[in-house]
Amino acid sequence: MPIVQGDASAAPVRTPAARLVAACLVVGLLALVPVYASLGAQPSYLTLFSRIMIYGLAALGLNLVLGWGAMVSFGHSLYIGIGAYAVGMLSAHGIDNGFAHLGVGLAAGLAASLLIGLICLRTGGIAFIMITLAFAQMAYFLAVGLKNYGGDDGLPIAGRSTFGPLDLDNNLVLYYLIFAVLIATLYAFHRLVHSRFGMVLRGSKSNPRRMAALGFATLPYQLAAYVVSALVCVLAGMLLANLTSFASPAYMQWSVSGELIAMIVLGGLGSLLGPVVGAAVWLLLEEVLSSARLGLPWGLDDMLHDHWMLLLGAIVVLVTLGLKQGLYGWLLEPRK
Amino acid sequence: MSSALFFAQLLNGFQLGVLLFLLSAGLTLVLGIMNCINLTHGSLYMLGAYVAAAVYGQSGSFVLAGLAALLASSAAGLAIERIVLRRLYSRDHLYQVLGTFGLILFINEAVRIVWGSSPLFIGVPDALAGTISLFGLPYPAYRFAIIACGLAVAVGLYLVIHRTRIGMLIRAGASDAEMVSSLGVDIALVNAAVFGAGAALAGLAGLMAAPILSVQPGMGEPILILTLVVIVTGGIGSIRGAFYGALIVGMVDTLGRALLPGLMRELVERSLAQAAGPALASMLIYLLMAAVLAVRPQGLFPVKHA
Repeated sequence: MPIVQGDASAAPVRTPAARLVAACLVVGLLALVPVYASLGAQPSYLTLFSRIMIYGLAALGLNLVLGWGAMVSFGHSLYIGIGAYAVGMLSAHGIDNGFAHLGVGLAAGLAASLLIGLICLRTGGIAFIMITLAFAQMAYFLAVGLKNYGGDDGLPIAGRSTFGPLDLDNNLVLYYLIFAVLIATLYAFHRLVHSRFGMVLRGSKSNPRRMAALGFATLPYQLAAYVVSALVCVLAGMLLANLTSFASPAYMQWSVSGELIAMIVLGGLGSLLGPVVGAAVWLLLEEVLSSARLGLPWGLDDMLHDHWMLLLGAIVVLVTLGLKQGLYGWLLEPRK
Repeated sequence: MSSALFFAQLLNGFQLGVLLFLLSAGLTLVLGIMNCINLTHGSLYMLGAYVAAAVYGQSGSFVLAGLAALLASSAAGLAIERIVLRRLYSRDHLYQVLGTFGLILFINEAVRIVWGSSPLFIGVPDALAGTISLFGLPYPAYRFAIIACGLAVAVGLYLVIHRTRIGMLIRAGASDAEMVSSLGVDIALVNAAVFGAGAALAGLAGLMAAPILSVQPGMGEPILILTLVVIVTGGIGSIRGAFYGALIVGMVDTLGRALLPGLMRELVERSLAQAAGPALASMLIYLLMAAVLAVRPQGLFPVKHA
């Protein structure tokens, strides 16, 4: 087995200060998006960056098992779906209390991830990738079969979750709620991966036999990481349902899990902020490639407009082949 | 359900299983020997179907269409191996998943550019257009042809892998690639040959599926996921596992879809059965796979390495 990249201790860092500056820059830019959106009269930016932060949150959650724990889950879209359907189903029954949504979503996510994690962690390597995919596919078909809740077409949600005085119907409030959740998760993960728990997790990634020899039962740590990462994706799913006012089986499609992995690797496994940067790059690429007018000659503009996926696919392949630390790791890499 | 209908469904399940075997055989070797996840296998199947549809539409000759499909898919497979995957063999599975995920996006869109977004339909070749009577039950001759062709490939693969020199090298490479290469065998060449042959089988599956399914962009992904289920259930790297796994998955999926809704209606209330039956039927193979992996993480028929 090749040694996996993504261990923070092995990731080349320019200096801790450069890291801090980069992190502040990313966070500061995200905080200022609404200002720019209102000044430049581009309200659509608010939705776009809300989506970026939601997918960044989900990718951040997945990165806990994928980057720090080397468990390649190809089924985390399942938990986005659980979050989205918790909001959607409760709203369909007239319950729009946000705390109820939160409670039910997290409880369902906890139960599902504990059970699925216990089964999946019996396997490893390729089998782990496939069994996580299998569970996500089951959930996808379950959602398609829920005819009372929209089935294949998805479930429109009448109103956003209500959290006491917080008025989520205001897009700006929702934006800063997502921002706050993202920052809180980032901080929690920063503490988590540098704690004893994080050390054990990273240790069981790079050398499980040595960890076992040292007397650590690695399974509980891996399971805990899997559950935490799933719950972060549940949160992302709940925010996504609030943003789009929609819960859809499409959130659980296998390609969503693939995109989350793409975002993480694109941004860089070795860093906390990498997945968030990766999500931003991925969604901005989608946005730019599908809507930009570059003024290219010979009808290439129309071609790009219709077939931007071609370019996106090519970029993904090139990044996979070329950048071993992802974009964020590459930016922070010391130049020789 | 009458016994004749049940028998027809049994044959349909067998036919899906054989089709899945064609796809799994190549992919399981790539996974087992090169330890490489190749998600583009479904795209090669799609390419086979498209080229077959295009050539058949132009020339009217199914044989010519078949040759073109095999050539195109194996050429595309070799190109993918040479340009992208060869550089990812030594890297983590994560990068293989991502690189081939990007390739899927690329190939789907390329197909859309060449052939458009709307599905193509091609007819069954005239010689196989009729039905064959089996115990008084008419069954489409073309589906019989698929079953026969798949079984012939299975026998051929068995002979090649267990009775020929190249087969010996493949088996040897699977258990210890480094040793084989230090004995003077060009293992990269063997790998490329396996990859090309697997791609050709994927193209063959696409060719045979083209007349009974609609040929459209993205048709490779659902079957790719089924193929992965087959491989993991059967045991990675094992042709025998791919064969039995494909038949099991094909049968369970087909029979589940045919029988479960009716069965549910007998057991539970009608409205619940109508809602849950089809959903449960779609979930069945994933339940099967999860159950198999939970009990036997190596799959049902793991490769025995000495």
